[in-house]
Amino acid sequence: MGLTLAEKILSRRAGREVRAGELVVVEVDQVMVVDSIAGSFFRRLEQLGAAPRYPEKVTIVIDHVAPAANVEVAKAQKEIREWGRRHGCRVFDVGRGVCHQVLIEERLALPGGIVLGSDSHSTTYGGIGCFGTGMGATDIALAAASGRTWLRVPETVKVTFRGRLAPGATAKDAALEMVRVLTADGATYMSVEIHLADGAESLTRSQRLTLANLTVEAGAKCGLVVPSGEVLELYQVPGWLYPDPDAVYAREVEIDLSTLTPRVSVPFYVDNVEEVARVKGKRVDQVFVGTCTNGRLDDLHQVAEVLKGRRVAPGVRMLIIPASSEVLEAAAADGTLLTLLQAGATIGTPGCGPCMGRHQGVLAPGEVCVSTSNRNFRGRMGAPDAEIYLASPRVAAATAVAGYITTPEELEGVHA
Amino acid sequence: MPRVWKFGDSINTDDILPGKYAPFMVGEDRFHTYAFAHLRPEFAAGFRPGDLLVLGRNAGLGSSREYAPEALRRLGLEAIVAKSYARIFYRNLVNLGIVPFEAPEVVDVLQDGDQVELDIAQGILRRGAETYRLRPPPAFLLEALREGSILAYYRKHGRFPGE
Repeated sequence: MGLTLAEKILSRRAGREVRAGELVVVEVDQVMVVDSIAGSFFRRLEQLGAAPRYPEKVTIVIDHVAPAANVEVAKAQKEIREWGRRHGCRVFDVGRGVCHQVLIEERLALPGGIVLGSDSHSTTYGGIGCFGTGMGATDIALAAASGRTWLRVPETVKVTFRGRLAPGATAKDAALEMVRVLTADGATYMSVEIHLADGAESLTRSQRLTLANLTVEAGAKCGLVVPSGEVLELYQVPGWLYPDPDAVYAREVEIDLSTLTPRVSVPFYVDNVEEVARVKGKRVDQVFVGTCTNGRLDDLHQVAEVLKGRRVAPGVRMLIIPASSEVLEAAAADGTLLTLLQAGATIGTPGCGPCMGRHQGVLAPGEVCVSTSNRNFRGRMGAPDAEIYLASPRVAAATAVAGYITTPEELEGVHA
Repeated sequence: MPRVWKFGDSINTDDILPGKYAPFMVGEDRFHTYAFAHLRPEFAAGFRPGDLLVLGRNAGLGSSREYAPEALRRLGLEAIVAKSYARIFYRNLVNLGIVPFEAPEVVDVLQDGDQVELDIAQGILRRGAETYRLRPPPAFLLEALREGSILAYYRKHGRFPGE
């Protein structure tokens, strides 16, 4: 009886063969802390009477409210810088970008590794075959103090994406479709093991990160994309980092990318997924492109493609926040930024932006936003009755131009 | 007598403590006063230590922000009875010393405002003449809870429960 990818990674690290249901205590490669929990993290360490055991394995990213929005936040961020200097831990300051994107770019998350993040979307690292999982401040502090964490070896849901993406469909649409099929608690405590077959291996690293990012919206502990394609070109992937052919799965799901249409997640739950056609015409006040889900260069390219030669509709605000400083630089260098600005978009500091309703684009009561992020919970981006629709960068861009939810295809002939 | 505060399914971390009221946004001393600020503005002022939170399916889905359950802990919450829990929230509850009972059938019979008594150690819930037995959390979690929190456990033993 073979092992799943999660069982492989945890067995390797535990130094013995472990299977779903067992408890393991394992060494971790990186402990990632974001500004939003840093204060709690410091206090927990004080309660433990401990300092980081391996300072080089602790990385703090100031991204959730960056730059600071008020004096409380400014004080907290000042404390982070001072603490980081004192303990010799890595600190990525305001403007470097969203934590998950930064850890990928800095190669602090690697195939076969284990990264604990103080952010639920730490499943993102699974896009390159790294066991990434989110935890709270106490677990994160314990991991920093000990270099280890305890985990229950998860059962696994196998999701196979087949074929090439249909024209107009994106990795975000595939990810939303996966969450719809699994439902918001369909993979709770589990690993979502993503297999790409029959052409789907051509999905890029960025697209794989989007898929892994959304697995937590089905409740998953981690979302591991089996390495292939671009990931093999970008990384030295260890030979053991594959699930066995006779691995045991709790459930198996197949999604055909070649017939996929653009999707949108309707308020107030991520798994309320519809075809865009079903909600077409819904008027919007704000469009937000960015976050750890869809703020990368390829996402901005897709937006620019739609916006080129067009303008954002009157009365609609379009916020674009590149996921990192690298993305911003690249978008400036290749002309993408100019296209976005000429269309009337506003560019924000790389970071999380308004994703969790703390600054830069908070919604007023009754407002409607189309966002490329990963959560549309009630009150998430501001007023409790504001509505957030989650969609791909293409759909977001078309919506910004039309002023209502639509696809680029529908735009042809209307505004061109 | 302690009372039940009952909510439905899919209560997420933004419901429990909206992100804009995170401690580093509003200050350490105040954040817990915004618990359930959107869903039930009277919650934080009305909740008394010993009161019981009753939640439906997939309780606590969403963010890893531990300050959501921590806000409840500060208000005096010691236990939750839910139909099922999201993973990170469950870990956070245990880490903070809040006992997560999973009892779908009990959730169905309890009503908001019910007067109840909960013996956490025995897992016995009383409402008037009725008694419900709650299945205890897994043994290794109880081991940590017995020390009050996982931090206290680790400080005392220098290892993780079950290790």
